Amino acid sequence: MLEAILVLTILSVIFGLLLGFAAVRFKVEGDPVVDQIDAILPQTQCGQCTYAGCRPYAEAIAKGEADINQCPPGGNTVIVALADLLGVDAKPLNEEHGEAKQEKTVVIIDEQVCIGCTLCIQACPVDAILGAAKQMHTVIKQECTGCNLCIPPCPVDCIHITPVETGLKEWKWPLPEPAEEEEQS
Amino acid sequence: MSARKLGHFHGGLKLSGHKQVSMTGEVTTSPIPPQLIIPIQQHIGAPAEPVVSVGDRVKKGQLIAKMEATVSAPVHAPTSGTVSAIEEWAVPHPSGLPNTCIVIDTDGQDEWLEDRATHSQFHLLDPEELRKLIRNAGIVGLGGAGFPAYLKLQPGQGKLVDTLILNGAECEPWISCDALLMQQRARDIIDGLNIMRHAVQANECLIGIEDNKPEAIQALRNSLTDDEKRYIDVVAVPTRYPTGGEKQLIKVLTDMEIPSHKLPIDIGVICHNVGTAAAVADAVIRGIPLISRYVTVTGTAVAKPHNLHALFGTPMNFLLQQCEVHEGKLGRLLMGGPMMGIEIHDRQTPIIKTTNCLLTLQPQDIADDHIPLPCIRCGECARACPAQLLPQQLYWWSKAEDFDKVQDYNVFDCIECGCCAYVCPSHIPLVQYYRFAKTEIWQQERDKQKSDRARQRHEFRQFRMEQKKQEDEERRRKKKELLKKAQGDKPDEAKKSAIEEAMARVQAKKQQQHTATKNVDDLTDAQRKQVEEADARRERLNKDDPTT
Repeated sequence: MLEAILVLTILSVIFGLLLGFAAVRFKVEGDPVVDQIDAILPQTQCGQCTYAGCRPYAEAIAKGEADINQCPPGGNTVIVALADLLGVDAKPLNEEHGEAKQEKTVVIIDEQVCIGCTLCIQACPVDAILGAAKQMHTVIKQECTGCNLCIPPCPVDCIHITPVETGLKEWKWPLPEPAEEEEQS
Repeated sequence: MSARKLGHFHGGLKLSGHKQVSMTGEVTTSPIPPQLIIPIQQHIGAPAEPVVSVGDRVKKGQLIAKMEATVSAPVHAPTSGTVSAIEEWAVPHPSGLPNTCIVIDTDGQDEWLEDRATHSQFHLLDPEELRKLIRNAGIVGLGGAGFPAYLKLQPGQGKLVDTLILNGAECEPWISCDALLMQQRARDIIDGLNIMRHAVQANECLIGIEDNKPEAIQALRNSLTDDEKRYIDVVAVPTRYPTGGEKQLIKVLTDMEIPSHKLPIDIGVICHNVGTAAAVADAVIRGIPLISRYVTVTGTAVAKPHNLHALFGTPMNFLLQQCEVHEGKLGRLLMGGPMMGIEIHDRQTPIIKTTNCLLTLQPQDIADDHIPLPCIRCGECARACPAQLLPQQLYWWSKAEDFDKVQDYNVFDCIECGCCAYVCPSHIPLVQYYRFAKTEIWQQERDKQKSDRARQRHEFRQFRMEQKKQEDEERRRKKKELLKKAQGDKPDEAKKSAIEEAMARVQAKKQQQHTATKNVDDLTDAQRKQVEEADARRERLNKDDPTT
């Protein structure tokens, strides 16, 4: 009896130390799940999810505070990927946050109208607008994520949404029409 | 030489050739059309950058668009004339989207550029020098893919080339331009092969030709010198689609397989098309850049199907007219063969470097009315696949848009030969599903790169803002400190007396303002008297009135 208690006590002390050591030695900084979620999100930084950017939204999802269907730019693809990652059921996009985009867009500044107020520069989350006070502004098309955050602050409404041009390189083969019987079912 | 033991590849199809249709007679040289439309992208890789502007006169062989990236090819003027526009034009591409083209109004003089460098003694040149010549001549793979040829002649560090293969298989039905090229320009092909061999320092050279082209095989064998026979072997390979596929031809000729995600060079083999070899000979020995090629115009909707030697930029319609196209009977125009060709919607689309064939079909030839039926899992496609893939699984996952799974089943090893779709009893357009999956995966890759960059930029912006905030705070704090310091130097007493002094000064000033009468300096005596009287009156009133 006494031996058994002794042995178990010693064992528990050993394992306790081992666990304690491992906890210190292999400590993971930050939350790896947040990184994984953040990698799936489209990084438009548009804030339509009601969070201040993609990373805060990823943190909220990881904490369980936000649902996975609040990202309109990501649409269904992101929802499915998040559901896969987190082991939950995919659900349709929450329309409260906006409609899924049918095509990719960027903004352009009508340079004739721009007064050089720099408000849009301050609004752009990815520094994709170039310009200075009282100088004409312009959008760096390659860097624009299409979040449209620059549009509301513009006092002269000179920022317009345009679809991203599809060149030969970006062109995609369409999905063929499904077989007849499957279509009926 | 017939003792060579050949290998064979999995699957494939026996197709009826229809090659004799366009092999009647000589190759005719197409006249110079009034206008040439030259796309800046005729190859795999980055588009070339135009170096001419509208109104410029160009001579034959002049560089009109230069390459800006490693994987690219320059473009030259096919004849002399004036650049009349640089604009969007229909180009041969499955999307049907237009692309930038340089339009040349030809002058019919066909005037060559004067100083053309010719190198008949190519053995004396450094391989690097040869590659440069080939690169600057704008030579790309003429078999159909259009990959810049100089890159495929660059074995890379530590890689030895054992076998250099020339691909003269031309396995797709209807096409005969390579067959005629081999018959008519056999010596040029061998010269080009020798140049390429020197560029990659290859040991042995093989020319693989399907055995349905005996004249071509004979022509090439006849043009070999005794010395060349030691290291060049012209091999007749069994006619079977798709022997002309690079991996398939290598398997047949050397019995070696290229591992997935590897290139032929990884097993010491380099493979080029026979047309590319002839172009290399033209470029190095004669100083002629790649400006024209043999094009087969064939099919059921032309009265005189034959091969033409056409300048790049020639509108397809111009060639069709020469072959007497049956107007009204042309149901469909394909660029390439019936298995892998792409549909051309605009007959003004120009001939480009990769245009080997124009296949015309009458409406009744088109088997498009087959409505796809569900997959019955018969496995015919897997038996036919020359890449030994599982087409029905690929189809399944492509349709479900599960692109991870599609890649697990090696969709990128698919050569899009179309064998699976050809044998499918349910007429499922299988290849289109794989193409869909491939382009979709590339798109996702691009999106991923873009979102990574956006994340980086966003994080940097946040970092910058945070830094600015801290800097501002720091500055404010310092200013406050400085102020405190300046005040802190004086003792309290001094401060108090300073305040008192200031207060006293203010008081004095106020007093002065209150009592001093203004505008009284230059008064006449009468006025002064009046003022004094008024003052006295006021004095008296003030005294009388007890309330003040």
